[in-house]
Amino acid sequence: MSDNTIIQFDQVTKKFDDAIVLDSVSFKIERGKFYTLLGPSGCGKTTILRLIAGFTEPSSGSIYFDGKVINDVPANKRQVNTVFQDYALFPHLNVFENVAFGLKIKKMKKAVIGEKVKEALKFVNLEGYENREINEMSGGQRQRVAIARAIVNEPEVILLDEPLSALDLKLRTEMQYELRELQQRLGITFIFVTHDQEEALAMSDEIFVLNHGIIQQSGTPTDIYDEPINRFVADFIGESNITAGVMIEDYKVSFAGKEFICVDRGLNSNEPIEIVIRPEDLAITVRDEGKLRVRVDSQLFRGVHYEICCYDEFENEWLVHSTKKATVGEEIGLTFDSEAIHVMRFNESEEEFDKRLEAYVEKDHAN
Amino acid sequence: MQTKSRNFYLFPYTFWIALFVLAPLGLVLFYSFTDLNGEFTLGNYGAFFTSTYLQLTLSSFWYAFLIAIFSLLVAYPTALLLTKTKHKQLWLLLIIVPSWINLLLKVYAFLGIFGTYGPVNALLEVAGIGPQQLLFTDFSFVLVSVYIFIPFMILPIFNALDKLNPSIVDASRDLGASSWTTFRHVIFPLTIDGVRAGCQLVFIPSLSLFMITRLIAGNQVTTLGTAIEQHFLVTQNWGMGATIAVFLIIAMVIIMFLTGKRGMTNGKKA
Repeated sequence: MSDNTIIQFDQVTKKFDDAIVLDSVSFKIERGKFYTLLGPSGCGKTTILRLIAGFTEPSSGSIYFDGKVINDVPANKRQVNTVFQDYALFPHLNVFENVAFGLKIKKMKKAVIGEKVKEALKFVNLEGYENREINEMSGGQRQRVAIARAIVNEPEVILLDEPLSALDLKLRTEMQYELRELQQRLGITFIFVTHDQEEALAMSDEIFVLNHGIIQQSGTPTDIYDEPINRFVADFIGESNITAGVMIEDYKVSFAGKEFICVDRGLNSNEPIEIVIRPEDLAITVRDEGKLRVRVDSQLFRGVHYEICCYDEFENEWLVHSTKKATVGEEIGLTFDSEAIHVMRFNESEEEFDKRLEAYVEKDHAN
Repeated sequence: MQTKSRNFYLFPYTFWIALFVLAPLGLVLFYSFTDLNGEFTLGNYGAFFTSTYLQLTLSSFWYAFLIAIFSLLVAYPTALLLTKTKHKQLWLLLIIVPSWINLLLKVYAFLGIFGTYGPVNALLEVAGIGPQQLLFTDFSFVLVSVYIFIPFMILPIFNALDKLNPSIVDASRDLGASSWTTFRHVIFPLTIDGVRAGCQLVFIPSLSLFMITRLIAGNQVTTLGTAIEQHFLVTQNWGMGATIAVFLIIAMVIIMFLTGKRGMTNGKKA
């Protein structure tokens, strides 16, 4: 275990009655990074957070904090603080008393508490709000109070449970920047839970994509976006065209009734696979110049680009993001680089997947 | 046309209030100014401020206070436990069910239980303590009253606890508070409204108890309630009885005012 590891899950399983919420999950969290647990509701991401915070205990497996097992350590003795989804501010206390709550419990001197609370409020741009009541604050301000209440205790890790989901779009984007900046200024570990993939891609150093209580894939935002491990990840992160295909031999793949050159190798010949092409990797061209020939079914103007929905002769749907406009009903050609084809094997574990990708890189270096 | 039909619907209620609330209150007020011969007098009010009646008032308040405090001490932990059980509505129902049984029946049951040959004394005998005088003591009076009033204390407290956002409790633990600190600084201050409502529901009726007092405490406990009963049923001094009732009503109004929502400020200090 490297010195930088602060939290480690070792084969942690959590059951509620007979329902398995987390299925033998293992991962490591390093100090000072911004982590995101991403997944649809009910995937187990909030359960992981509650396990770290100590609000619930694992059914089996061990949770390590700073190298020590903390399965039985109660929540109030853990070096982590949580920013709750509904903020969970104390409605009978004002802003100052809310932020000072943790410090008062540590029996700090009054002057020190005053100093620290002031500093924490300054950090979240809420100077001068000390005497406000919680019900006088707006959603965004409550959010900041909740963050101030967590950071004032100077924890090693801050857990954030979908803290932006109740805010409107503009404020949410603003808070994304602020949170990321705050994390970098403080240098403490943030573990952020969200179901919003854009939020995850924008803010994180590292993302864990979860589904059905299993970590599907972990990696940097670009890794996960560019090289999704399976259909679920490809579909959940960003938009994608997923089609069944066959790996004919190394560097040769067939889908949509044609053969294409690709960059993947090391698979069995004639192995059935799925391929992913991101909509922004497809370009529109005239009918006979494209690698694929498709009919435009519908088109939406999205501001930055047109979202064009097309069908090929096998009724496979192709989504294209293009700055060029197409005409509905017309036949057009689609072209793409061979790097844009991403091959996914069925039931590949994360370990095998990483090994396969590493092999490509080595090959590239050898060339 | 609209307003007329609305007034029509209001009629039964107004009629009821006028006949069974306002008229009796007026009568009580009227009788409090009459003497034994039905002549106008202020003597009843003079008599109320003698030591006998002031003593009665004090003892009424004292017993009502004891009943409310002991009900609270039993009800709060019970309500807290209830909110944590799996089938909380079922358990709550089981606690409420006894309050559907007639009050008199329940009090009579206690006459049997606490009687000289009752099960409690039998138990005390087995334990080697020997039979005790249980009935007609202020102890059994408070105990039976608490038993009768507990559902009224549990309900509002349970509701307040049930409404409490569980993540606020999590937040307190998360910030390092022990269970006790969380209770003292978060749970209790946030459920104080339920406590206040419960105390109101128990304290105010306790002030004017007379049936439980008569049956369980005999003449060991005399309160304003028993005094009113005496004046109306035994000495036939309706004027004096009505005067005591007037003071009781005033006391109730004052208590309702004090324990009402206006008292919010003390919840804030915690």
